[in-house]
Amino acid sequence: MHIFLQVLFILVLVGLGYLVTQRFKLIIASIQLARPIELNDNPGERWKRVALLAFGQKKMFQKPLVGIFHFLIYIGFVLINVEILEIVIDGILGTHRIFAPFLGSLYPLLLNFFELLSFGVFVACVVFFLRRGVTKVQRLQPDAHRELQGFPIQDAYTILAIECILMFALWTMNASDALLQERQVAHFEPVGAFFVSQYLMPILSNLSTPVLLILERVAWWFHILGILGFALYVTYSKHLHIFFAFPAAYYSSLEPSSKMSNMASVTHEVKLMLGQPVETNTATPDQMRFGAKDVMDLTWKNALDAYSCTECGRCTEQCPANQTGRALSPRKIMMDTRDRLEEVGKGLAKNKGQWTEDGKSLLGDYISAEELRACTTCQACVEACPMELSPLNIILALRRYQIMEQSDAPAAWNSMFSNIETNQAPWKFNPSDRLNWAKS
Amino acid sequence: MAEWAAKGESPEFLFWVGCAGSFDDRHKKVTRAFCEILQKLEISFAVLGTEESCTGDPARRSGNEFLFQMQAMSNIEVLNMYGVKKIVTACPHCFNTLKNEYPELGGNYDVIHHSQLLADLLAAGKIQLKEEEKEAVAFHDSCYLGRGNGIYEAPRDIILGLKKELKELKSCRTKGLCCGAGGAQVFKEPELGSIDIQTKRSQEIMDSGVQKVALACPFCMVMIQDGLNKHGKDKEIQVVDLAELVQQTMI
Repeated sequence: MHIFLQVLFILVLVGLGYLVTQRFKLIIASIQLARPIELNDNPGERWKRVALLAFGQKKMFQKPLVGIFHFLIYIGFVLINVEILEIVIDGILGTHRIFAPFLGSLYPLLLNFFELLSFGVFVACVVFFLRRGVTKVQRLQPDAHRELQGFPIQDAYTILAIECILMFALWTMNASDALLQERQVAHFEPVGAFFVSQYLMPILSNLSTPVLLILERVAWWFHILGILGFALYVTYSKHLHIFFAFPAAYYSSLEPSSKMSNMASVTHEVKLMLGQPVETNTATPDQMRFGAKDVMDLTWKNALDAYSCTECGRCTEQCPANQTGRALSPRKIMMDTRDRLEEVGKGLAKNKGQWTEDGKSLLGDYISAEELRACTTCQACVEACPMELSPLNIILALRRYQIMEQSDAPAAWNSMFSNIETNQAPWKFNPSDRLNWAKS
Repeated sequence: MAEWAAKGESPEFLFWVGCAGSFDDRHKKVTRAFCEILQKLEISFAVLGTEESCTGDPARRSGNEFLFQMQAMSNIEVLNMYGVKKIVTACPHCFNTLKNEYPELGGNYDVIHHSQLLADLLAAGKIQLKEEEKEAVAFHDSCYLGRGNGIYEAPRDIILGLKKELKELKSCRTKGLCCGAGGAQVFKEPELGSIDIQTKRSQEIMDSGVQKVALACPFCMVMIQDGLNKHGKDKEIQVVDLAELVQQTMI
């Protein structure tokens, strides 16, 4: 029986490990379809950002209450994972609480600490559930934000539910374990009762020893399977930020948010037009689009941003266009980009890693011209994002495609363009009148 | 600038007037107010006059990178020809483009916004103030000055330096609400929505209870004035540029 369970455990571990790895490989392959961008300058500043934004969650504390509860879940999950290490080793070797003899009196202390953390996680999840479902924080409501309808809102509640259930499994496991210790059942190290699970003990104390033994094992399996299953689920969920927040922070833009990237391909063309010397090796490949029509025309950082987004909606909450009832929602821009990347990923998986056109694109099938045109480039979305992700850069890349490849501009913009070309000002004034302000 | 160059001299600053400062009737007053301050303080400056041309900002934000780079390169040619080193401008959009976006195309200048220069002059005690009753002034952050370039303090230092009471609006600094003009919005009709952005922003200004709102951007000026007009508050609340505020208060 023992050996059977050990083999089963190893199979499950390897199987889920394989599935999770495959998912990550596909996500990374989809991200790598996007255009290259150099973001390796100034590593000192970049590591500082990882420390402050990702590890320290500095910007989360701009909303202090949410910041504290989010931090509770975060340290809870990071530190409780130390215990996962023990569970995995126990599972493989068929041992029970293998760390206990090594750590001695430190072991119960550590487990008590983990239980304290798990309680923090539980409380935070309850608070987050209340914020979504009861106090109805506006930015989290699907009836106010169309991008949250369907899977996204389900996803949000699923994550909270899974986290709560996992904590319960942990406590049930520890409570039955403590009871079995009291009854001096073999293999159960006397490590004592713990902070939270001791309150479950009276409920379980009427159960017979064989039932408790089964309950302890069921909870143990549930907990570890839950964690492993969660790891796989996360790759399909907004919760992926628990991994991608770190690279997203490292590669976040060190430039002012108001600075637009220079298009070297255009510089080349313009220099040719102006008769200025050009470097011959910077010529653009013919198939290279100006701007972005689809996700592969974006930069890989834009794609990474889309996968890192947690759909918290701080961007949309601050967006002046969204606040005044316009179609634009920066969060929707991120979610659409990710949805399209996922679709492209499915195509990649089908075609052995080769991308073939599927007749769809980010612009048009996911994001409309109306949304793009509502953006005032005020950068409030970038400023609001706790991870410094940039919906703005995606919007601007799509706008470039609209104007330069589709010549799709409102008539008023076309007049503005021709005024700049002929009169050197966006309005139709005579350029020779430019100094008239000094005359009167 | 051509006259300075002909004399073989160079002024301390090139004042980049910008299209709004050159052609928009309301903002021409700001241009004149700023020049008056510089002249009073005997700070030497030049303008490009008819040799100046749109920086290309609205073209770039709307997506027309070609037009932007055409503008940028011809402007850089003129600026480099005159050997310009320091540029001051009253427009946050020109400021952002000249400061952050021209270097990649070969235009490297020390660019400051007029609010920075005025704040420095006030701090250095170079500006003599009239004795006045303390009035409350609200400040509207413009996106390309604040969030874009982190300039939140200079405009506030000016208002406080002029011995006025600074009123913060409901959304200010990093959370400042856009006027609705940026991203070339001011050059087209807004997309369909429930309310105009400038109307919403103007409501915040009205709610603050001030009779004067200062700002530092020609496009914010257009939008905020429009918003207040629509609320019928144009007589009660005055919209001024920081340069005008300084010029009105200095001796």
